[in-house]
Amino acid sequence: MADDANKVNGADEAPIKERVKPDPPGYFEGESMTRRHVFTVASQALGGLAAAGIVLPAVGFAVAPIFHRGKERWEAVGPVSDFVEDTYRQVVFTETEGIGDAGKTTAYVRKSSADLGEEPGKFVAVSNRCAHLGCPVRFVEAAGNFICPCHGGVYDFQGKRIGGPPVRPLDQFQTRVRQGQVEVGPRYSVTSQMEPVRARDPGEFTGGIWEYLYPPRPSTFPAP
Amino acid sequence: MPSFPKPKIPDAVVPPPLRKPAKPGSGGTPKGQAPSDLKEAPERKSAGDKMLEVGKEAPIDALGWVDQRLAASGFLTGMLFRKVPKGTNWFYTLGSATLFAFIVQATTGVFLAMFYTPSATQAYSSIAHINNEVPLGQLVHGMHKWGSSVMVILIFLHMGRTFFFGAYKYPRELNWVIGVVLLILTMTMAFTGYLLPFDQRSFWASIVGININGTGPIVGPYLSDFLRAGPELGATTLARFYAIHMLLVPGAIIALIGAHMYLVVKLGTTAPPWVKAQRPKVAAPVAPLEAGANGNGRVNGDRSNGVPVDGEETSA
Repeated sequence: MADDANKVNGADEAPIKERVKPDPPGYFEGESMTRRHVFTVASQALGGLAAAGIVLPAVGFAVAPIFHRGKERWEAVGPVSDFVEDTYRQVVFTETEGIGDAGKTTAYVRKSSADLGEEPGKFVAVSNRCAHLGCPVRFVEAAGNFICPCHGGVYDFQGKRIGGPPVRPLDQFQTRVRQGQVEVGPRYSVTSQMEPVRARDPGEFTGGIWEYLYPPRPSTFPAP
Repeated sequence: MPSFPKPKIPDAVVPPPLRKPAKPGSGGTPKGQAPSDLKEAPERKSAGDKMLEVGKEAPIDALGWVDQRLAASGFLTGMLFRKVPKGTNWFYTLGSATLFAFIVQATTGVFLAMFYTPSATQAYSSIAHINNEVPLGQLVHGMHKWGSSVMVILIFLHMGRTFFFGAYKYPRELNWVIGVVLLILTMTMAFTGYLLPFDQRSFWASIVGININGTGPIVGPYLSDFLRAGPELGATTLARFYAIHMLLVPGAIIALIGAHMYLVVKLGTTAPPWVKAQRPKVAAPVAPLEAGANGNGRVNGDRSNGVPVDGEETSA
């Protein structure tokens, strides 16, 4: 058929007798892929590229908050004279802005005590967030302990765990004094030896190998 | 189980291939004398009668028009009139009941979304508005709230039925896997929906739930950051839960329910374990080796080859 067509259309030209037959079928000399295969791979690659163009930004958008650290926030909670060494004073301040009361948190603040081996002249702000699963603990004056209403976690005066399911001492907030006012800042966690580490979520152990099993999150502030 | 009388399906809705053939001799012209006078011309139909006739045919004609273009009647006939094994009982309705609970959730959820505001400062008041001021709002919210528990209970009962009847075994393992994913997605719905009223209970329950997520080693801390969209429960946490609750997971659930039901129809259901397997009385049209007696006396059937599945009624 092809030879016939050549005869009709190109009378001057000699008929192509030696039509190149690809061997193996579909492959011409020097080719490592058939044309069909090239187009299959190319269209699949383009489709994959388009899919990645949609999925990657969407997933990145959803995952980005993990890597975002907010602005450091300090809030004055009362004059220096309000706080003493032997008991706590409850303060409420905003930890997350823009969501009203839901963004507020409670801390128990006192002056640091040399009797407990703390650096004098500082202030201690203990978070009321239970280190078990995040319920709000309260300081019981008569017992001198922090007690959690949810699952019975008990902490001593310094916030070290002395009973119940919590896995570490209570978190603390950084403190400083500005113009006679005590200010509380970013949250940090402590190990059972009261060494400060980056803030961990409740339920996560701190210190030793746990620092690797529960790695620090980029969204938290470095420990003081 | 009390046995209920089988409902009689009217002939009109049974498609012709499944209709019982008339007994020999009963069809055609009635026996006996021919009409006494065949010479008289039959009575002409009035215009009203003709209209009535056309009207009667109209729904069938319309359906026929659609079916000529969809070609769905074959599939629908196979799906709706498929055979079920002997011993099928009320426990087999648990899956449909779960589906019904999901439909209730989807419907009430759509209407709740018309009044709900997923903002940390307005969510609580919008729910109070739904409950106290919107007509029937308390009812619709109540259906959604209690319906969620009903769905979780039903999905577990359905899973238990499948397990205890051995319905997860070959060739239905994939349907079990899809079912487990549906269970996880249902629990995700329950978890994310719990935060939305944004009262004290939902707030603290979500904090505890997120923190439990966080206790998983290595990935846990990042997972809880992902759920909260930050290190603390914040302004975007509620929006995130809302989006997961009403867009992401429902879409996945609907898609997987489709796959789940396709496999149920394709593979058929199992007979309860107390129903003894019956060998088909009629010789199977495939070689016996292919049909494969699997050693315990149960015959692996194959619908497409016309071999009945275990315990299936052989009506032939």
